[in-house]
Amino acid sequence: MSLRSRVAPFADRVLPPAATLAMLVALWCVFVYVPNEQTMGPVQRIFYFHVNCWWAAYLGFFVAAAASGAYLWRGRPEHDWLAQAGVEVGVLFCTMGLVTGPIWARPIWGTWWTWDPRLTMAVILWTIFSVYLVLRSAGREDPEITRYAAVLAVVGILDIPLIMISVRLWRGMHPSVISAPANKGGLEDPRMVTALLVSLVAFALLFVWLLWLRYEGLRLRSEVQVLEDRLGELA
Amino acid sequence: MNAAWRILHKDLVLELRTREALSGLVVLVMLILLTFAFAMDPEGAASAAPAVQWVTFIFAGLMAIQRAFLVERENGAWYGLLLCPIDRSAIFVAKMASNVIVLGIAQLVLLGLLAVLLGVPVHAAPLPILLVNFLGLIGFSALATLFAAISVRLRAREMMLPLLVLPLLVPLVICAVQASRIVMNGGTIANAAAWIRVLATFDVIFSVAGWMIFEQLVHE
Repeated sequence: MSLRSRVAPFADRVLPPAATLAMLVALWCVFVYVPNEQTMGPVQRIFYFHVNCWWAAYLGFFVAAAASGAYLWRGRPEHDWLAQAGVEVGVLFCTMGLVTGPIWARPIWGTWWTWDPRLTMAVILWTIFSVYLVLRSAGREDPEITRYAAVLAVVGILDIPLIMISVRLWRGMHPSVISAPANKGGLEDPRMVTALLVSLVAFALLFVWLLWLRYEGLRLRSEVQVLEDRLGELA
Repeated sequence: MNAAWRILHKDLVLELRTREALSGLVVLVMLILLTFAFAMDPEGAASAAPAVQWVTFIFAGLMAIQRAFLVERENGAWYGLLLCPIDRSAIFVAKMASNVIVLGIAQLVLLGLLAVLLGVPVHAAPLPILLVNFLGLIGFSALATLFAAISVRLRAREMMLPLLVLPLLVPLVICAVQASRIVMNGGTIANAAAWIRVLATFDVIFSVAGWMIFEQLVHE
């Protein structure tokens, strides 16, 4: 029995209710349970979701790169499905991070966007992996496209340390107009830590569920393709 | 290595006899530079010279770099190459080398134009400027050659190559522009060492990665 068929019943039955429940609890925590942050006010509550978006985005990209490497090495379609699912979910969370960030930054920093190293890094990552999705749809009928996409994901991950170093150096040369507030990570109330941890669990479950859904979708699509080809041969 | 040299030799002879890539590329470089000069006022463009130089180089280079693979599409030459009993990575080495030569010549022309048209003091510190340009050239050629091998086989190839390469080139653009700014304003290589180090790392990583991954792209 393959790993997939052993995981499937569990994933289909447990993940949807677990992720839904955890997300509802996380919403309650964020909107009701935690107190207002003293200096930033209610807008700080976006932090609990914003931070988790980034963890999920990075996780998705690394899953995609690892699966792509495995696909180039072994050539098994499962790795390709996992890679594409990872990029799709990663880009989704990356987009949510890029949207929630400015909503917080506008009232707190006074600007929607600033070329802070972390923000710059985020937007470059978003472009690299969005292009991955464009590439896949541009070459949909090309049987080699899976290998091209895998190359892009692997090269994209190789590029990340270089982007990080050069972006740091680049912004380090200039006086930064707005530096990240030092207390951003300092959650003074223990209830804030609880809310963050609950959101983390909710996002982890949501991440795994979405990844699973996309993986299954891609697997089914390729199975349908095989069946259609066989029908074509019969006709 | 011998195989790579043969392919490179063939490409260079082809280029010498037709001058297709180089003549178009040199005119393109000039036109992009002129467009910048008109858009920014020539006086303003002089202070923005490092940025103008690298944006010009990258956009002109993206137009030219697919040629190395496009020429092989005629008369099924590509399948001939693949049928050769040689290491596939030799094809990458040869194509990257021919791109380096063609783009390198265009880059020298670009530096000359910058000196003449925008008054950039290229002659004041030729060696540091050439070093920075060479490192940028190698990194760009390695990455763009690898992805040109992908994009030539897609229908939307003119669109896909810049989409694939530009986000990955960000570290190169940042470091090449900053290093050029320092050496063009009379700085030494030591002043620009931090940028040059990242550039050199970029070159090594993507030359090796291209050389190793290329085989996966021509798998049939």
